[in-house]
Amino acid sequence: MNEIYKTDALIAEDIDTYLETHQHKTMLRFITCGSVDDGKSTLIGRLLYDSKMIFEDQLATLEADSKRVGTQGEAIDFALLVDGLAAEREQGITIDVAYRFFATEKRKFIVADTPGHEQYTRNMVTGASTADLAVILIDARKGVLTQTRRHSYLAHLIGIRHLVLAVNKMDLVDYDEAVFKKIVADYRSFAESIGILDFTPIPISGLAGDNITSRSQATPWYDGPVLLDHLETVELDQTADQLKPFRMQVQWVNRPNLDFRGFAGTIASGQIRMGDEIRVLPSGKTSTISRIVTLDGDLEVAVAGQAVTLCFADEIDCSRGQIITASKSPVEVADQFEATVIWMDEDELVPGRAYWLKIGPQTVTASVAHPKYQVNVNTMEHLAAKTLDLNAIGVANITTDRDIPFGGYDESRDLGGFILIDKMTNRTVGAGLIHFALRRAQNIHWQATDISREHHAAMKNQKPMVLWMTGLSGSGKSTIANIVEKKLARMNRHTFLLDGDNVRHGLNKDLGFTDSDRVENIRRVGEVAKLMTEAGLIVITAFISPFRSEREMVRSMLPPGEFIEIFIDTPLEEAEKRDVKGLYAKARAGQLKNFTGIDSPYEPPEAPHIRIDTTKMSAEEAADLIIEKLIP
Amino acid sequence: MSIMTLTHLQRLEAEAIHIMREVVSEAEKPVMLYSVGKDSAVMLHLAKKAFYPSPPPFPLLHVDTTWKFRDMYALRDRAARKAGMQLIVHQNPEALRAGINPFDHGSLHTDMWKTEGLKQALDLHGFDAAFGGARRDEEKSRAKERIFSFRTASHRWDPKNQRPELWRTYNARKNKGESMRVFPLSNWTELDIWQYIHLENIEIVPLYYAAERPTVKRDGLLLMVDDDRFPLNGEKPVMRSVRFRTLGCYPLTGAVESRAQTLPEIIQEMLLTTTSERQGRAIDHDQAASMEKKKQEGYF
Repeated sequence: MNEIYKTDALIAEDIDTYLETHQHKTMLRFITCGSVDDGKSTLIGRLLYDSKMIFEDQLATLEADSKRVGTQGEAIDFALLVDGLAAEREQGITIDVAYRFFATEKRKFIVADTPGHEQYTRNMVTGASTADLAVILIDARKGVLTQTRRHSYLAHLIGIRHLVLAVNKMDLVDYDEAVFKKIVADYRSFAESIGILDFTPIPISGLAGDNITSRSQATPWYDGPVLLDHLETVELDQTADQLKPFRMQVQWVNRPNLDFRGFAGTIASGQIRMGDEIRVLPSGKTSTISRIVTLDGDLEVAVAGQAVTLCFADEIDCSRGQIITASKSPVEVADQFEATVIWMDEDELVPGRAYWLKIGPQTVTASVAHPKYQVNVNTMEHLAAKTLDLNAIGVANITTDRDIPFGGYDESRDLGGFILIDKMTNRTVGAGLIHFALRRAQNIHWQATDISREHHAAMKNQKPMVLWMTGLSGSGKSTIANIVEKKLARMNRHTFLLDGDNVRHGLNKDLGFTDSDRVENIRRVGEVAKLMTEAGLIVITAFISPFRSEREMVRSMLPPGEFIEIFIDTPLEEAEKRDVKGLYAKARAGQLKNFTGIDSPYEPPEAPHIRIDTTKMSAEEAADLIIEKLIP
Repeated sequence: MSIMTLTHLQRLEAEAIHIMREVVSEAEKPVMLYSVGKDSAVMLHLAKKAFYPSPPPFPLLHVDTTWKFRDMYALRDRAARKAGMQLIVHQNPEALRAGINPFDHGSLHTDMWKTEGLKQALDLHGFDAAFGGARRDEEKSRAKERIFSFRTASHRWDPKNQRPELWRTYNARKNKGESMRVFPLSNWTELDIWQYIHLENIEIVPLYYAAERPTVKRDGLLLMVDDDRFPLNGEKPVMRSVRFRTLGCYPLTGAVESRAQTLPEIIQEMLLTTTSERQGRAIDHDQAASMEKKKQEGYF
């Protein structure tokens, strides 16, 4: 008799013993992936059904739904049990990850049923990121397909160390050993080519129940484990993590009163004991552990996976985002990395743009360089790529605005996995897996100079600033900027005007008008403007600078209060009517691509320091207004 | 070095604590939805653990319908006091004025008191993150919801456009007016909840334990006559030994006949039972995909 069925008797006869056993169960999280008709949902349905996780009322609903919208005729369509969203049931496909739960004598399982379609890759990645094991389903009649390769690649990429190759629908190939062996051999040669060294192949039938919870009589030639046995006994990643050096990212500083200061977080790897020497990164300060605090009393030792609060013997600085490590094996600190980036947003990656990068509890500003290559996830080929669009995976360099402590992703998902967040929409647009740090930044030291920016400014008797004019082409930026500079010169102010067209003749002549070139254009102008303010100048710029995130990037380069955003607000119709340079006519005729306002967006400032409505005042009046507001 | 294998409950506990600490660090004004049920009891217990020795740094919010069981109100006030937390009780003033009740107003009762009431309370206090005790094993659309679930300024959930959620790195960023619903118990099952209550000795509403209670049978549900607002159409309440597997508004919550008076007995009964937990709630049976629809509109 199967173990699952023995449980019932134990529950009925001796609930206390049952609870005692259940209490000591471990937990395995796994995903199932495969193509549309490989029988994923049927397999999960069977695991749930066999472990009695489907109740009578759910079964009644399921039977009714199966008859109404099912794909199995009069039989139960287990897919309906798993496809939870209305749109999924209508379209008969899985869109988003569904989490299901079941337990056996030994373990509790969380299974993430992940969608197979390429367009839902980001949802598969979501499910895979928390899994210890992946069950890759293959239809025995079809063998290794493109989707099989894609799913295996993604599961391996995201760091799943245990793979099960479930060759399903064996009943439809007469339980032929040769078919099974051929598929396993095909898969092995592919798997080795992408670095998967080990996997567990099992011949099954989800529909007939072969080799899922019990050994099938139909496959006498198979002597490996049945699926459930394997799931129950495979070694847990979390156990292996305990053998690594101690690391904990600080989430929250607990400070209820002056006498207590604790650092709360979840231990990413290793163990920590009272009295252990620790080091905090990036500061590098050291101390020893004086307490491991929990509501249930202090602990002597805590291990990877536990959420604890640590106290130090010494008062050293430590805050959210920093990492507490074993003092003798600290982690690296860097601000440039090579990483695999998985793009997950409808809007493509804009290389050079500032995104939020969240790694563990720490959020910093970061930019992604042009990808070195993109991976064709169906063929594993490396392709040249200018950017990454939805579901694309590529390798690129990442630069952060400050040093961050990190680890390689293959060592730790916590220390080496990050997400990218769009600064405007706040959507999670990408995920990254750190390979290693680039040493460049560490080798270029900052040369300290004796004449400071304050000194430069004091000699000119003025407060340096950047008057950043933004607006559509033909809005009047250059005209107004020019008048402002003339007026300031008359007032004996030291200024410099950076004009969009002029800069493109020299410094930025290598750049075009794609989104990423526009970002780089503004980044360089921002850096030049910054150098000029350090020399004490008042810098006036006239660039369309259509994107909020890039204007924000320049603002963040400068000391607070030195970036003055001036919105030259001319409606598109008006600018197009003026069309001083004849560019709108060309753009409308299709001779000019990526023209702001026509086929490239302009994002107006939400809260500019000064807004100039050019339909209500002349350029001369605008310049007076700007000076009046800024120069006391 | 000796290896310490964490049990599934220890891992679930750590996960929930991690989630709560993230919210407190990233949200401007978090709140914990407290419905006084067993899941809320577990969530509150975990909050105490997450921030100890500090009290949980957010208030509890009870979106009240005025129709909860009397035992629930008693435990609510006591639990908040013991945790050292502020308790905010919100009753939708429009529903109060219109005298909305579960006997005369059907699904309007849930819409007005719970869905609208919740939105009002969140807007009124400007909460930008709200913890809820929902679990993925409860219902099919919940099984697909993220742990950090984004809501638009009008509190809508877009199930087809959820943010990817990787590892335990949660994106809690949002623009002004938008908010997050956060579910620290997402990966817990009903059995996990019961077992944890048992192990941690967490106080729960006595209605979960079997006792002799006055009941009537109506529309296939066994309802408890908890106060004299219950209109009896010639029915005579019968004393039965009953308990509740889930708690909500008393006129909408079906009891089960039971003799289970201890937690192990409750767990035993639950494990041997053949109907799911939410069956005792009238709300889910209204229409197919009803929970997904309610959630899109802002129901927790």
